[in-house]
Amino acid sequence: MRRRSGIGYTAVPPWIYALAAVGALFVMLPLVAMAVKINWAQFIPLITSESSLTALGLSLRTSAASTALCILLGIPLALVLARGDFPGQRVLRAFVLLPLVLPPVVGGIALLYTFGRQGLLGRSLELAGIQIAFSTTAVILAQTFVALPFLVVSLEGALRTAGGRYEAVAATLGARPTTVLRRVTLPLVLPGLASGAVLSFARSLGEFGATLTFAGSLQGVTRTLPLEIYLQRETDADAAVALSLVLVAVAVIVVALSYRSPRGRQAMAGAS
Amino acid sequence: MGLRFEATLKSRNFEVALELAPGETLAVLGPNGAGKSTLLSIIAGLLRPDSGSATIGERTLFDLASTRSTWVAPHDRGTALLAQEPLLFPHLSVLENVAFGPRSTGTPVAEARSVARQWLASTDTGALESRRPGELSGGQAQRVAVARALAAGPDLLLLDEPMAALDIHAAPLMRRLLKHVLAGRSAIIITHDVLDALMLAERVIVMEDGRITEAGATREVLNRPRSRFAAGLSGLNLLTGTARTEGIDTRYGLVSGTPEGTVSPGVPAAAAFHPSAVSVYLDPPHGSPRNMLRATITDLEPHGDAIRVRAGDLAADITPAALADLGLAPGMRAFFVLKATAVTIYST
Repeated sequence: MRRRSGIGYTAVPPWIYALAAVGALFVMLPLVAMAVKINWAQFIPLITSESSLTALGLSLRTSAASTALCILLGIPLALVLARGDFPGQRVLRAFVLLPLVLPPVVGGIALLYTFGRQGLLGRSLELAGIQIAFSTTAVILAQTFVALPFLVVSLEGALRTAGGRYEAVAATLGARPTTVLRRVTLPLVLPGLASGAVLSFARSLGEFGATLTFAGSLQGVTRTLPLEIYLQRETDADAAVALSLVLVAVAVIVVALSYRSPRGRQAMAGAS
Repeated sequence: MGLRFEATLKSRNFEVALELAPGETLAVLGPNGAGKSTLLSIIAGLLRPDSGSATIGERTLFDLASTRSTWVAPHDRGTALLAQEPLLFPHLSVLENVAFGPRSTGTPVAEARSVARQWLASTDTGALESRRPGELSGGQAQRVAVARALAAGPDLLLLDEPMAALDIHAAPLMRRLLKHVLAGRSAIIITHDVLDALMLAERVIVMEDGRITEAGATREVLNRPRSRFAAGLSGLNLLTGTARTEGIDTRYGLVSGTPEGTVSPGVPAAAAFHPSAVSVYLDPPHGSPRNMLRATITDLEPHGDAIRVRAGDLAADITPAALADLGLAPGMRAFFVLKATAVTIYST
């Protein structure tokens, strides 16, 4: 393989490149296969049908809400896991990360038995006049449940990399813990927080299993874009493929945003 | 406001008590791992000892001795910490870094900035105020860090080897700056450099293995070292032993010299002398009665213009020409000879 001038030695054997090419094809080929199936003549009408737009709007709204919830709950969790020192810390981390490996449908069932009508909290909530299952709130909770670990993992890593020394200096300069958090800790880990939030948003956007189990598939209320695609596939394959492409496009934009400035992030990591 | 401090921390084998007069600068010397940084961390409130207490003036920093123990959080102690690395907040400009302390304690933004500008001016970094820390040289960053620590208005300034990470050109400038800002200020400075101790501190303590092994006025400790560490710092040979009427008994034999103060026979005493006052011979020299110590050469190393000949605790500086004449090599037995007038003897 011809190396460009000015590039240092890398110990990657040539056959690794061959396997990597297979891997890349494995990821890209299905996307190409889907793209060639698209009925381009009908593309715009298909994705702008009322049900499609409703589902897309619901998906974006709920994903934004669940990302906000992930940030609200994930920052404290990541801080406690990265900076704390208490018994059960490892167990807590294991549980927080559990949704990463749990089948989403299992998560949905678990949520149903928590917030559902007969659930652990659901019964009390019902008495208070709050019904969560099979509502838009349920969609947000299901998405938060599966997306939270992405934010926690990303942020905890950033916190550990940044270390506690800046925080210690800030404290000796007279800054209270809340001031340190606001003016030192969070700005230092902002890139990690941002990429964590983007990953959470992407995960929320693609959420299917837990949503279907816990929130159902009610048009305009709980039927997000993935659910709409699954439904359309039965009746109108062209619409399903077109909507899939929309989801791919949104995902690509989200990922591109999160990896937009790796150089800036390296500079931050280098300084910390 | 003076500092009174005593603390023990078993997990780090740390047991130290010290006092600092108002406006006094104390240098802490000692080998790596002696507990010097532990001392500063405990004073700053970043590390909790098992027991002890500390006050600055009337203010309690911590008191773990009494039944109701007190532990003041780091941000309420008024003890700014300056570390080896500047640790300027990378996301804030130089000005905002220096204004951080005043702003954290509730000073309005405009006022905090004007305080910051004053400190930037007095550390000669005013021109850098809009830069980011990443755009500063090591020396500039450390001067900004000094400005930031002082802008917080600390009652006690803690400096943990502030010049260790600076290059050879930036260190003298930093030393001058510290001499200027530490004048009349209560401060504790950890250093490995005897020059820092002499220039910046009125008093030094030497720490070894979590304990203070030597304390006193800087000149006194460096000229009349009692620990091998302090002797090594000041570049002196230090031989310890028991005083006799005609000198002191050391492991190399009797060493006579000029006694300082009264050194009565039988008390533990030390003999200090400079390596340049020592000559090396292969055969016992004749002539005036001088100290003649027989030892096996362990190392030869360049030392400035001279060659340092080491034999265990003994060191002698000889010229390269003398080395060539004598043909010395590690493992050879030699006579280390020095005039009694070059030796100072004092009780320890």
